[in-house]
Amino acid sequence: MKSCVIVFPASNCDRDAAVALEAIGASPSMVWHGDTDLPSTDLIVLPGGFSYGDYLRAGAMAARAPIMRDVLKRARSGTPVLGICNGFQILTEAGLLPGALMRNDGLKFICKSVTLEVTNSATLFTRNYEEGQTIRLPVAHHDGNYYADEHTLDFLEGEGRVVFRYVRNPNGSARDIAGIVNKTGKILGMMPHPERSIDPVLNGLDGKALFQSILETLI
Amino acid sequence: MRGETGSPLLSVMKACIHITLKQGVLDPQGKAIEGALGDLGFTGLDSVRQGKYLEMTLLEADPAKAREQVTAMCEKLLANTVIENYAIDIETD
Repeated sequence: MKSCVIVFPASNCDRDAAVALEAIGASPSMVWHGDTDLPSTDLIVLPGGFSYGDYLRAGAMAARAPIMRDVLKRARSGTPVLGICNGFQILTEAGLLPGALMRNDGLKFICKSVTLEVTNSATLFTRNYEEGQTIRLPVAHHDGNYYADEHTLDFLEGEGRVVFRYVRNPNGSARDIAGIVNKTGKILGMMPHPERSIDPVLNGLDGKALFQSILETLI
Repeated sequence: MRGETGSPLLSVMKACIHITLKQGVLDPQGKAIEGALGDLGFTGLDSVRQGKYLEMTLLEADPAKAREQVTAMCEKLLANTVIENYAIDIETD
């Protein structure tokens, strides 16, 4: 399985994403945001960080970087995309997922482990979890407050597109939403960091199952 | 911009853009500011909402064209129209 991690100016979780992908044997390439063409790949990862300093809006400028034209093209023709934290922000700014990520309602940057419920274990990202399973993943964000209008939220719920929900909502996200997929279920955006939970010594193994799910679907 | 004789070389137009959160979108930063103003003794505040202000100078002579360009910039990048509105003022110099 081939994968690539897009690196924007001030992405900072790109290497952790690469380590997580290496751990499951997914040979990641690091792709610079200024390139116009992605290599041949089975998975695209948009990593966490503060791309472009979060200037203007978090993920706004990254979503319009040169490489994103090819990312959108591949995404639209079915290549799975995993957006983590800043990557989720980029996915909403690029229009690949609905809604927007806003400033946490408590206004503080939150850096801690949170409990999530896996509310859709049928996606290619979550098949190794049980439906309704609770897992612990770290979050580290200032703008993780998921917002969409009521109509969109009802639609997402109705379609089963909410994949992760906070058990104790840390940031005010509507409907406690921590992660959602697109219509085809091949594009996942999530605020928590699965790539930081792949080692029993450091934040446990709950994140590894997500990468394992992807591998088992794609090989 | 002016040449040696003082006559303008290029027309310059200033665009002022206000970007604000849509009604109904929660603004905790605005709330925090409201609280701080209250602490300073400014009573009688009904609400405070925070937005963004951008200024740009365009090399464009036609105000209608300038407005068209800036509108496109707002739609494509400057505003997230899921949660934000924008208002453009074009000033000719």
